[in-house]
Amino acid sequence: MVDTNELLSLDDLHAAGSVRSGRKHVLSVLVENKPGVLTRVSGLFTRRGFNIDTLSVGPTDDERISRITLTLDGASQPIDQVTKQLHKLINVLKIKDLQPAETVARELALFKVSCDPQTRSEIRELAEVFRGKIVDIGKKSIIAEITGERSKIEAFEKLVRPYGLVEMIRTGEVAISRGREET
Amino acid sequence: MRAVDAIMECLKAEGVDVVFGYPGGANLPTYDAFYDAGIHHVLVRHEAGAGHAAEGYAKATGRVGVAFGTSGPGATNLVTPIMDAMMDSVPVVFFTGQVRTELLGTDGFQEADTIGITMPAVKHSFLITDPREIPRTIHEAFHIASTGRPGPVVVDLPMDLTKADIPYEPVTDVQLPGYQPRTAGNAKQIRQAARALAAARRPVFYTGGGVISAGAHESLRELVREGGFPITSTLMGLGAYPAPDPQWLGMLGMHGTRAANYAVDEADLLVAIGCRFDDRVTGKLSEFAPRAKYIHIDVDPAEISKNIPAHIPIVGDAKLILPKLLEDYRTLDADKARMDDWWQRIHTWQDRHPLSYEPGENGEIKPQQVIQAIYNVTGGEAIISSDVGQHQMWAAQYFHYPEPRRWINSGGLGTMGFGLPAAIGAQMGMPDMLNVVVTGDGSIQMNIQELATIRQENIPVKVVILNNGYLGMVRQWQELFWQERYSQVDMHTFGGEEAFPDFVKLADAYGIRGLRLTESASLEDDLRAAFEAEGPAFIDVRVTRDEKVYPMIAPGEAARNMVG
Repeated sequence: MVDTNELLSLDDLHAAGSVRSGRKHVLSVLVENKPGVLTRVSGLFTRRGFNIDTLSVGPTDDERISRITLTLDGASQPIDQVTKQLHKLINVLKIKDLQPAETVARELALFKVSCDPQTRSEIRELAEVFRGKIVDIGKKSIIAEITGERSKIEAFEKLVRPYGLVEMIRTGEVAISRGREET
Repeated sequence: MRAVDAIMECLKAEGVDVVFGYPGGANLPTYDAFYDAGIHHVLVRHEAGAGHAAEGYAKATGRVGVAFGTSGPGATNLVTPIMDAMMDSVPVVFFTGQVRTELLGTDGFQEADTIGITMPAVKHSFLITDPREIPRTIHEAFHIASTGRPGPVVVDLPMDLTKADIPYEPVTDVQLPGYQPRTAGNAKQIRQAARALAAARRPVFYTGGGVISAGAHESLRELVREGGFPITSTLMGLGAYPAPDPQWLGMLGMHGTRAANYAVDEADLLVAIGCRFDDRVTGKLSEFAPRAKYIHIDVDPAEISKNIPAHIPIVGDAKLILPKLLEDYRTLDADKARMDDWWQRIHTWQDRHPLSYEPGENGEIKPQQVIQAIYNVTGGEAIISSDVGQHQMWAAQYFHYPEPRRWINSGGLGTMGFGLPAAIGAQMGMPDMLNVVVTGDGSIQMNIQELATIRQENIPVKVVILNNGYLGMVRQWQELFWQERYSQVDMHTFGGEEAFPDFVKLADAYGIRGLRLTESASLEDDLRAAFEAEGPAFIDVRVTRDEKVYPMIAPGEAARNMVG
């Protein structure tokens, strides 16, 4: 036990805060389900010059509350400033900076790929390897649905691109913490 | 009960005695309720006047100011005061009319997306969608505006909903699950701050408007006096610590005193309370107080470490924290003599660099002299509302504010046209105080229509125009940094027959006493006579045209390189 009365040396004081972590962050933000809340959140990011990589929003088990999942780059902005500014929004109820090791994160993507009778089966096989699903088959194209972490989706994209990627859509990541505790 | 009558009940329940506003189509129901609600409504001449008056009221009294405007242009005219209140953390609730709900989104007559337009400028806003929500929403709006870090709240009221009949029951509790401003302050951090103070040999207190918002000036004074610490403040914080005073260094920042700026530059510990390290205070950020460790006390956690990382952050209400800090500091029994050398150094700066100006020649009036005369005439017992520009800086430098809430100005947003309407609000809130507007020939013309409001309400404010015929601050920058290329700064308010407008005649047109002062020798007596006479006065003081505000930290420069 240190005697707090003992004289402190100012040299021993170190500044905290505004540190750039340099890694990706996933913020899980619980907000009141009211009109304009998403605009307040996205407007705040624009105004303060924060960059969002992905943003997804959806209902929770409580109809009065929505969850916004944000992924941000901790190298380009201090995440503590982001969370503090978010907390100032009256409609923001709770923010959690999810730790990568304790988080399950998933994203869904749809890929529309050009095909002919021969490549069609190749693409189907690729989708199977990725535990994806073929959700539409046409004469000249095929749509595959892939769910997983960002890296998995990006890997699949790389594989099908040579066949002719007509278009692709991704939901942005949603995330939830592991274990019994609520996110 | 009609929803609008419920609004009146809610205002009364919040203790509102005066509001400022302007009627129109979409808020007709509200104005019908004002007809016999028994609330004093001040009819302004432009919605911006209403907003700034509500700010002035709030700044002078510490209570929530209230402004009303109609939809569309009424609301957009309120945007400047809303942003102004946001920047300076002023508790104001703005009520805007809105088109009928069935017209929303159809570009109806006088429709504007008020919530959307004001979103980046508010602490919070509400669009009413159900008339039964109105009473609760109003109380939530007042609660949000006045607690934590104060700020503006907008309540947008679609016309049809305000006409609806609703069951009204007084609301006694407010529940906002996403809003719990932290107040107490972490005891360990406070202890650590006390130890740092006891260890510091070159400490400086740097306080801001937050000390005044918190009502923490008494505890601040006690702590600073007992510890024998030097203290400076931001523009917004003037009056929290009384001036003049042996421990008071004068204002900090771009046009602060050399003593204050040099002291911060050499400090080993900076105690920042209720302030936000604004660029007008810090100059070049990387060279601001480069030798110091920072204690930062603020009720808004987002301000701490926003611009400069703090060594000892304390989130909370200064009114609760400062007494604890003093208590902890006392137990450390620190020796004041450790600061002897420091005070000696500060005194050297004070002796060598007092605020000064060359006296006018041939009876010419210097603008600084006008502020000194106002101070001498009032003995500091006045509320000074200022506009924005050179006169604002001189009013900050040469008037010594003995108490908080005596200095009302637009600091963060720097809104020209703020002063006159703000003084209307201040006078309504503090009817027994002498209210003086310090303004310039540029600023006063930005909301000069409020002279009609003054006349109608017989508000006895004394308007002192430091008339140099220029947009003086812009001209100063053009002279110093733009090779004397004086672009668009001549206001033509100075000179002989051809000057316009003639402020004395203008005042006369409004039925207000106008006078022109040009003689240095009789300045103080003339001002005294004008202040002592009953009713409002509009005083055109002709001052040296090319006087500059000094000293000055040039933009982007370090404090130690002050000029002038």
